[in-house]
Amino acid sequence: MRPTRWLVPAALAALAALAAPAVAQVKLNGAGATFPNIIYQDWMLSYNKTHPAVQLNYQSIGSGGGIRQFSDGTVDFGASDAPMTDSAIAAIKGNVLHIPTVLGGVVPTYNLPGVSQTLKFTPGALAGIFLGSITKWSDARIASSNPGVRLPEEDIVVVHRSDGSGTSFIWTDYLSKVSSEWATKVGKGTSVNWPVGLGGKGNEGVTATVKQTPGAIGYVELGYAMINKLPAAAVQNKTGKFITPALESVTAAAAGAMAAMDPNTDFRVSITNPGGDNAYPIASFTWFLIHKEYDDGAKAAELVKFVWWAEGDGQARAPALGYAALPKPLRPWIEARLKTITAGGKPVWTTAAR
Amino acid sequence: MATLPMEQAAAPEPRWQVLRGTNVGDRVYRGVLTAQALSLPLLLLALVSELALNAWPAIRRFGVHFVWTSVWDPVAGVFGAAPMIFGTIASSLLALLLAVPLSLGVAIYLTEFAPKWLRQPVSFLVELLAAIPSVVYGLWGVFVLIPFLRTYVVPPLRATLGWTPFLSGVFYGNSLLAGSVILAIMIVPYIAAVSREVLLAVPVSQREAALGMGATRWEAVWTAVVPYGRAGLIGAVILGLGRALGETMAVTMLIGNRHDIGLSVLQPAYTMAAAIANEFSEATTDLYLSALFEVGLILFVITVAVNALARLMIWRVARGTAVGSRAL
Repeated sequence: MRPTRWLVPAALAALAALAAPAVAQVKLNGAGATFPNIIYQDWMLSYNKTHPAVQLNYQSIGSGGGIRQFSDGTVDFGASDAPMTDSAIAAIKGNVLHIPTVLGGVVPTYNLPGVSQTLKFTPGALAGIFLGSITKWSDARIASSNPGVRLPEEDIVVVHRSDGSGTSFIWTDYLSKVSSEWATKVGKGTSVNWPVGLGGKGNEGVTATVKQTPGAIGYVELGYAMINKLPAAAVQNKTGKFITPALESVTAAAAGAMAAMDPNTDFRVSITNPGGDNAYPIASFTWFLIHKEYDDGAKAAELVKFVWWAEGDGQARAPALGYAALPKPLRPWIEARLKTITAGGKPVWTTAAR
Repeated sequence: MATLPMEQAAAPEPRWQVLRGTNVGDRVYRGVLTAQALSLPLLLLALVSELALNAWPAIRRFGVHFVWTSVWDPVAGVFGAAPMIFGTIASSLLALLLAVPLSLGVAIYLTEFAPKWLRQPVSFLVELLAAIPSVVYGLWGVFVLIPFLRTYVVPPLRATLGWTPFLSGVFYGNSLLAGSVILAIMIVPYIAAVSREVLLAVPVSQREAALGMGATRWEAVWTAVVPYGRAGLIGAVILGLGRALGETMAVTMLIGNRHDIGLSVLQPAYTMAAAIANEFSEATTDLYLSALFEVGLILFVITVAVNALARLMIWRVARGTAVGSRAL
């Protein structure tokens, strides 16, 4: 029998491979949102360099999939752009903590030939456009906040995301807050029943459609708009100021929202349209989903350690990758929350803390 | 296609049948082949049952209303698939309308009229269209096709046929028309390649007979060659239709992704495959997910129905001795 000749060394090699990991390795699997994927991969890579005993793996399958896999227990932690609903939390007996990781902003981008100035939108104008009640660029509700800009008598073409996405969640969450008509007619969600407009797949799909359609307005993620240098409009915040979207103004939004929060608050809180002079109003946390109680103590300790590293050293890496860092005052709140995580009834923080 | 060897095997026991089962290796070989042959139908059954099982909550909740209501509101948990079913069928049929004459023309030219040196390169290039990834078609559609339609196609269409309901409304670019045109381009190579094979298989005697009776070349093609191969040609068209029904990426990039039913081809629409691809990953509630599974089930049923219809047509047409019926 000829095959045995190579079968033997192959089997030996396989055995050797099985025996190789002499160091106790902890494997942590996560899955979820696509929006923070770039920074999560970066974190895991750099964390693994200093902590070779921990193997981290994150799959960006989408927030919905992340919540499902986390709830089913197929991954150790989930990640989501939209917080879990009360019923979804009840379904896993409340065994979840939402831990904010970074901030995302969503910006209106547009294609208006002949207009070189940065447009300014009031919340009412944005809601009106996306509800379909404002149909011309020359509408008084747009013109009033853009003195000196010659707005054409052109149809507005609304472009939204066709795929379910956290970006849409933030956008619709904001519109629901500033327009009661939007809240009752459409509501907020990763995908909604859009009153008007064309659907583009992904940030790139929305961008392509906006670029190709004169008179179009759409919304994309701040980081994506920055990297691709898309025209981004300024939006009027709660204090009445028009704020150009930027990473700092998004962090300022979280800081502004914190002013109205209690340290023991549920981090699922929406921070769109917050107070604060420099706050850009269309922003949101994105979250890790972590169990309150784990079975495996070693795993839980390593996970908490990693999350705490991400909240500390990890934050410094955010701006370069197009994400807004969390405001510093939020750290002690998160620390307190991580300390409540237990494994087999015992808190894991003591073993996790360095 | 399975019937062919069986007919030949009907002869009195050939030698291999006598020897069957006497050798262990042969028996194992036979077992493996049987398992392979059965695994595919089993896979199909598993697929259908999984689809039906996951779609069950939506089926129970919405019943038949799912098929003919138009509201798709994930926030309120109300789902109706009528716009997607309409969009899928409309875009595929419109694509066929554009692609069939073109591909038949290509096939007839290549088999009957083209000079020898031109046949191979042209058919190679046509078939190369099939090798282009769908997302590339989508990109090309966004950056080339839509501006082209906007400047050169839609204005004259509007000027002549603008009074019909099919060309009403504002044209933004992403539309049923754009989606159908890209689909048509994508299915041309399939229809053309199969049609060419079918026409090549028509015996030369058919042409010679027609020409001998005084037919022009044009008449010979339409009275002798095409009717002879009609079953195979229908098969080619159905193959294209099947591909059009399931195409996802290029369509979603061009069709506008709007849950709406409209007669106008200038309006945005949606297809089932595109909706599943778009919304699956972020379907956050169980009912939402289940509704998407039901859309998948409906797409599956439609595809099966189209194929069954095709078989029926081919079977009816092929009761003569038409070329190509065996191949399908």
